[in-house]
Amino acid sequence: MTDRLPRPLALLLLALLAVLVLYPLFGPMLFPEKHTFLLQKLTGIMILAILAMSLDLLVGVAGLVSLGHAAFFGLGGYMLAILSPQYDAANIWVVLPLALLAVAGAAALVGFLSIRTSGIYFIMVTLAFGQMGFYLFNDTKLAGGSDGAYIMVKPAVEIAGYALVKLGSKQSFYYVVLGLFVGVYFFFRMLLASPFGRVVRAIGVNENRVRGLGFNPALYKLVAFTIGGTVAGLSGFLAATQYGFVNPSMLSWHHSGEALVMVILGGMGTLFGPVLGAFVFELARLGFESMTEHWLALMGAMVIAIVLLLPKGLAGLLLQVFGDPEPKAEEEE
Amino acid sequence: MDFWFSLIQILNGVQYGLLLFLVASGLTLIFGIMGIINLAHGSFYMLGAYLAYWLAAKTGSLTMAVALSLPIAALVGYVIESLLVRTLYRRDHLDQVLLTYGLILIFNESQRMLWGSDVHGVQVPALLDWSIRLNETLSYPVYRLAVSGVCAVLAVGMWVVIQRTRFGMWVRAGASNREMVAALGIDVKLLFGVVFAAGAALAGLSGAIAAPMNSVYPGMGESVLIICFVVVVIGGVGSIKGAFLGALLIGLADTFGKVFVPDFASFTVYAVMAAVLLWKPRGLFA
Repeated sequence: MTDRLPRPLALLLLALLAVLVLYPLFGPMLFPEKHTFLLQKLTGIMILAILAMSLDLLVGVAGLVSLGHAAFFGLGGYMLAILSPQYDAANIWVVLPLALLAVAGAAALVGFLSIRTSGIYFIMVTLAFGQMGFYLFNDTKLAGGSDGAYIMVKPAVEIAGYALVKLGSKQSFYYVVLGLFVGVYFFFRMLLASPFGRVVRAIGVNENRVRGLGFNPALYKLVAFTIGGTVAGLSGFLAATQYGFVNPSMLSWHHSGEALVMVILGGMGTLFGPVLGAFVFELARLGFESMTEHWLALMGAMVIAIVLLLPKGLAGLLLQVFGDPEPKAEEEE
Repeated sequence: MDFWFSLIQILNGVQYGLLLFLVASGLTLIFGIMGIINLAHGSFYMLGAYLAYWLAAKTGSLTMAVALSLPIAALVGYVIESLLVRTLYRRDHLDQVLLTYGLILIFNESQRMLWGSDVHGVQVPALLDWSIRLNETLSYPVYRLAVSGVCAVLAVGMWVVIQRTRFGMWVRAGASNREMVAALGIDVKLLFGVVFAAGAALAGLSGAIAAPMNSVYPGMGESVLIICFVVVVIGGVGSIKGAFLGALLIGLADTFGKVFVPDFASFTVYAVMAAVLLWKPRGLFA
């Protein structure tokens, strides 16, 4: 699952990463009219890719199918909106840790309550908690109610009064998000390779055996759920920074569903799959939107087709194409 | 809170609960018997409501519209079951969630194409368009009583079918052990198709009779779906009795939540659910 990727596949992914790194350099030449739009779009997609990876930790690795993951994404964004002074830049060294702490707290609480359940109960319970978060921001006066709230000034990233990067610059922000996106990927790889990660992976395969070995699966699941929720909060924080705006639909279960579609479309449990899923999903949406105003129906048809035709997602397909000669997936535990 | 006011709230709560039960019972049976998580279940509710709105305008009679929307919802349910859902029986819950999520997108977009994005009111039939006076200031609309009555009759009917007929016996057997039912030579395919269609029909009917009270609007299916999930989880997945008690509990909790804590009304139902799950992680009757 997190074993070394087949070499050709690793090279392919590196090449795609290189395209992302170099995009701001060649973008203006290739797409003179649409460059800024595409730059922002790619930034947005990378933010969603972080969300998809964080959900993959729960769904693909630990076997916790959450349908309320967007609540943590939205909470991360809302924390920025709530903590930002109205006409002044927030200090990122204060607001980011506070936001992540708040999301971690919420994720730990929701996780504690939901992990007592399993299977379909878990799906439904996380869905219900997600909706609870949605209504918290939609129905109460907190941060603008259903209208949402603006973040007038982007947070300042300064050390001793010296600005490290200006998040207002689209290109700088692009690189900040790219850096975090790559960072999160390797953070998860390391996490899954660690003893803790090995237990979580084992729980995804066979929880009873893990219990039989003397571990307490509930504790490991709770920690994994909290980490996944916190990283989702990070991506929500980035999204709020990018758009300068938060609204309750960030937390809605549609958004959770989309994140889940990205994970499955990409191939769950592979980390790089959900990233590809995020890109394909968002680019497909872009394409369908330009084709017809009824693009939602096309998205629906695409989702159904993927379920029926690609049960292991894009990653499954790629791993098959570039596959290792000897199948060793079964002996992994 | 005086007596009449409380009575009105209790009547409203019971009426909402009974309506939720009609939708949730289909959801819980479809999961219990077929092992399918059907996110598109709320779409049948929406379909019923829009059909009621549209057919009532065409035929001039809500009764006619409701009577027609029932078989149409059943047919749509049967077709979807035999074309798509049938491929999912041996697949993971995740695939079911995804496929039915895709179905929701298609349903919602079709609704927008056919009927637009506006909110529409539906006229209460003249026969039921009056209120019972309770005291100087309060009265209770008869249509709501009629809805409660219809729901109660259907709930009893469902109980008779499930407890007292051979078909009901298959349904109960299917809910407790699917493989065994198939091994006994019962046509499981047909059973599944009928259960799915019946669930769709009940959801459609609920949407149709609720339309004059709640109006019809885009996204209405999803709000019902999520509340029904709460009902099913509270009652215990697959349990009709659980769905019934869960629905009444949620109906009353929602209604009284709106009276006592109006700012956090949407919260009360989830708080009830969290409390029940802390006490019994698999619902009341699983």
